[in-house]
Amino acid sequence: MIYADNAATTKMSDKAIEVMTELLKSTYGNPSSLYEFGQQAKEVLEHAREDIASVIGASPRDITFTSGGSEADNQAIVSAATFGKKRGKTHIISTAFEHHAVLHTLKKLEKEGFEVTLLDVHEDGLVRPSEVESAIREDTCLVTVMYANNEIGTIQPISEIGAICRSHGVLFHTDAVQAVGHLPIDVEKENIDMLSASAHKFHGPKGTGFLYARKGINLTNIIEGGAQERGKRAGTENVPAIATMAEALKESVSRIDQTSARLTEVRDRIIEGIGNIPHSALNGDHAKRLPSNINFCFEGIEGESLLLLLDDKGIQASSGSACTSGSLDPSHVLLAIGRVHDVAHGSLRLSLGEDITDEESDYIVKSVSEVVTYLRSFSPVWRDLESGKTAHIL
Amino acid sequence: MALYSEKVMDHFRNPRNVGVIEDADAVGEVGNAKCGDIMKMYMKIDDGIITDVKFETFGCGSAIASSSMATELIKGKPLTEAMQLTNKAVTEALDGLPAHKIHCSVLAEEAIKSALEDYENRKKQ
Ligand SMILES: Cc1ncc(COP(=O)(O)O)c(C=O)c1O
Ligand SMILES: [Zn+2]
Repeated sequence: MIYADNAATTKMSDKAIEVMTELLKSTYGNPSSLYEFGQQAKEVLEHAREDIASVIGASPRDITFTSGGSEADNQAIVSAATFGKKRGKTHIISTAFEHHAVLHTLKKLEKEGFEVTLLDVHEDGLVRPSEVESAIREDTCLVTVMYANNEIGTIQPISEIGAICRSHGVLFHTDAVQAVGHLPIDVEKENIDMLSASAHKFHGPKGTGFLYARKGINLTNIIEGGAQERGKRAGTENVPAIATMAEALKESVSRIDQTSARLTEVRDRIIEGIGNIPHSALNGDHAKRLPSNINFCFEGIEGESLLLLLDDKGIQASSGSACTSGSLDPSHVLLAIGRVHDVAHGSLRLSLGEDITDEESDYIVKSVSEVVTYLRSFSPVWRDLESGKTAHIL
Repeated sequence: MALYSEKVMDHFRNPRNVGVIEDADAVGEVGNAKCGDIMKMYMKIDDGIITDVKFETFGCGSAIASSSMATELIKGKPLTEAMQLTNKAVTEALDGLPAHKIHCSVLAEEAIKSALEDYENRKKQ
């Protein structure tokens, strides 16, 4: 099996499983309990906070543990909105291709009277810092732009956007769920005020993540209750999972240079191979993309059938096809970069794992070519394209 | 549990009656405005009987499997019977489909109806 859906979730590392298993047995105390056994758990928790903070160049007190990326996104946006509203600022800037954790939170705020500007991400899947600057108004309280897109892997000009926001006194949040553990990040150098991350994207456990919020930013609770996390996020802390997240993050970051060099090489080899399939196109800029991300559109085929047949060949991948989405629309990310419905229907995302071999990458290219050719052989859309009845666009 | 039944996967992996009939007596093409799946059905009709049928589909597993199953259900059958084929019958013959994939299978019934309409129109000319 070649698991090529690491943007959806990753396998926990052996080290992470080992650490978590041990902590589940040994460190089950409640960090809020005053006796020594509880305080030991508290110590493990705070140690994890220090480790995570130091990886992204933050202070430990600026880290709030959450149930994952979605919760961190919700809390960051709602906090900035609440703070803004108090000062009469109800305008938020974001992009058309954010994760739904961001987009749906913004939709909710719109219903409460906020005004949201969604910036164009252009054909290359990149936000233009100058367009962020032009969109900023007197009443803008937040700019939220994802660090790297989860479907097409494009890496945004975060530090430039952060600098613009800072010069205008506007809070800047980035959903870095796809970037943390995979790209070097420094919240100070990159002018980031708030950042969301999720452990299961970097070989840690699911249901655990964190929100970084720079000192002075007053967080609004999403979950009310006990006084955990300085009163900003109630609920008994999942100490084993949180400590394992810290361990997994340190492990990933310690070999970031090595893995990105290796993955970039394999990624480009696959992009070249799949790019040889006629009437296919890479989605998103080639250079400014995650080392693990490959995303193509193929004319004349539909993504779900492609995924099912790749699965038969032992390859797990994903697609932005309407038929795989549960909703009836193809991926909002592919539409945002200007792909028309038909073409967006025939998309494939491969997100590689660090352990992929050259043989596996060749096998992926061969399998994708075979399946695309096969599906085209009985596609009425492909027939019309080939007979000239309709025009090729890729 | 897998997304699709064994039956669906069998028809998806080994679709029956795939292809084109160059000298077809009837051709029907329908598209799903919702998700974008497209299906084309070709028929040879002799003395009120569908003697041959082939299809081409651009679509998901549900769309391909239901095209395949639908052709099996109408091949060799009288037009009157083919006209009666419902999406429900196709779905049942496939041992069911996930609720959110039913809309992709509706195309099969519609493609047959569209082909039979084409046949009637050709006869009038
Ligand atoms: C960019 C992005 N943001 C947010 C999330 C949500 O993270 P989680 O699954 O931890 O809630 C994901 C994961 O699917 C993601 O890729
Ligand atoms: Zn479908």
